[in-house]
Amino acid sequence: MYRWGMVIDLDKCTGCQACVVACRQENNISFAGEEQARLGRANFWMNLVSEVKGDYPHVEMHFLPMPCMQCDHPPCTKVCPVEATYKNPEGIVAQVYPRCIGVRMCISNCPYTVRYFNWHEPSWPESYKKGKNPDVYSRRKGVTEKCNFCIQRIRTAKMEAKREKRKIKDGEVTPACVETCPSEALYFGDLNDPGSGVSRLSRSKRAFRLLEELGTEPKVFYLKEGEWDDRQ
Amino acid sequence: MIDSEALAQKYSRVLDPLRRAGWPFLITTGILSLIFFGSFFAFGWQYYWGLGETGMGHPVSWAFYLVNFVFFIGISHAGALVSAVLRITHARWGTPFGRIAEAVTVFALAAGPANILFDLGRSALFYWVAIHAQFKSPLLWDLTCIMTYLTVSIIFLYVLLVPDIGLLRDRFPGRRFLYKILSFGWTGTERQWATMSKIIGVLCVAVIPIAVSVHTVVSWVFGMQTQPMWHSTIFAPYFVTGAIFSGIATIIIVSIVLRKVYHLEDFLTPYNYNNMGLLLLTFTLLWAYFTFVEHLVVGYAGGPHETVVLWSKLTGRFAPLFWLMIALCFVIPFPILVFRRTIPGLMIASICIVIGMWLERFLIIIPSFCEPRLPYARGFYMPSWVEWSMTAGLFAGFSLAFVLFSKFFPVVSIWEMEKEEKKHLSSLKKDV
Repeated sequence: MYRWGMVIDLDKCTGCQACVVACRQENNISFAGEEQARLGRANFWMNLVSEVKGDYPHVEMHFLPMPCMQCDHPPCTKVCPVEATYKNPEGIVAQVYPRCIGVRMCISNCPYTVRYFNWHEPSWPESYKKGKNPDVYSRRKGVTEKCNFCIQRIRTAKMEAKREKRKIKDGEVTPACVETCPSEALYFGDLNDPGSGVSRLSRSKRAFRLLEELGTEPKVFYLKEGEWDDRQ
Repeated sequence: MIDSEALAQKYSRVLDPLRRAGWPFLITTGILSLIFFGSFFAFGWQYYWGLGETGMGHPVSWAFYLVNFVFFIGISHAGALVSAVLRITHARWGTPFGRIAEAVTVFALAAGPANILFDLGRSALFYWVAIHAQFKSPLLWDLTCIMTYLTVSIIFLYVLLVPDIGLLRDRFPGRRFLYKILSFGWTGTERQWATMSKIIGVLCVAVIPIAVSVHTVVSWVFGMQTQPMWHSTIFAPYFVTGAIFSGIATIIIVSIVLRKVYHLEDFLTPYNYNNMGLLLLTFTLLWAYFTFVEHLVVGYAGGPHETVVLWSKLTGRFAPLFWLMIALCFVIPFPILVFRRTIPGLMIASICIVIGMWLERFLIIIPSFCEPRLPYARGFYMPSWVEWSMTAGLFAGFSLAFVLFSKFFPVVSIWEMEKEEKKHLSSLKKDV
């Protein structure tokens, strides 16, 4: 059984937001528009959070790419009254769009605030519509959506591997954000495979997870900035 | 047993509203209907364009509708709970409030859960909560408790109406058809009275734990979540106390309005209101105690996530609302309830409390959303016209239900007043 996980090296992240764009393109995320975005209606399955520390001339800029943490103990799944979200056997917290009735309790119970809602009917610029990904379910207004580690890619890779009667190789499948990152700050793979890149990096001394004290056991690991160790 | 003619004479003031429907009634009904049906347009608008027509967004994904939900469910507590407790303890002074309290419960319970419907992204599929029930979700517990409470309180209101409907059937030949069905064959025989008192006994005992469970579970919709300042063990009793608090205040407002409009001064006397005021005073103190405890514990020992929310309430952008709430729920009503439990005094105190308790619900829900655990998603909330219209519609619908109810059923329980009076007279005789 696979257990998908991601490692994000904050030292390598340049804050270019290519992951955000790639995620949008891959998962047919709606264009909210500037005004709606100001009102908090823009969806970012992969979001890049930035922080400015200190004053001139000692200014530091920090970036934090934030996908869904894919918790092993997700607080969001248990509160859904219609079971529209669940953790699949491979550890991905999935959203069943046709089942979702838009209660939004999962959104409010997500301590990472990485679940998003379709406040309006999703819309795209005319020129963009032709480029929509046919492999991704098109959500309607009134349902919750979230990052799912590009589950459609994993599914395709699994089918291919099954045809060839083998397991998915490390690095064979990557979500759009990981694939696109120009500085290769993002890693993706099977945490159950001790030899995989993510498994090795997740055991690094630099590795940490967000809000570990809540016991949610996220499967997205971050590597601290400014500290290198010999595992690299 | 005196005959229906004499009874109708004696309680002509109570039955009067059923006979007349003047201009004031028509104007009130017209205005309330306008606001009420106006909110249907707002809901249609929101249903068509999506929930983005409200002021909600990321991260404030629950707002006015949830506030109204908790508020109305809170009000509903008064009713059944207060009237059941007063009946069980044989508090004679509570009798004239009984019917009003029970009706408040039913109408508030109709208004409260309706908000969940408005809040759903796909409102038409609300019944999936029952079909695809997931028992781990506090929302399902909610649905179960509220539906049980609604059923029981409708039965409660109805059963206690039956003897009065029997009287109405004999007095209002024009509406005979309606009252005949509703009177359920009530003729006032010895056997029927015996059954009646048995049913009331069971209902009174049953309704108390159900009512307590409802607001406990409503509090858990928040208390079971990871949002800062929600995950608190005292939430359940805090919510129940607040619910009864706002509920009693609502009963007082509604009964004073009805007393004034329908001239029920003989039945709802300053004596009754004095006692109701004492009950309200008790809950003012309880509420103040809970609020103090809740905020002090967070302020002293809460982690950074919690204290951020706390300070946004105490000194930050929610401070004006927070201190207004403290003023309305405690500072203003407390001295009034201690020193001047007159009818105008109680009216002022109760209006303050109802507004204050609405603010309390707002201040529990919104600030936590504005400052979630991770300091990256930050937001603010401003309701849109849709939410204002829906809120106005709810209050109008609640009032409209009361106006119409008072035109079809006596707002003071005639048979219970009669029974109490007889009991009182016989006890006087015994003393002599």
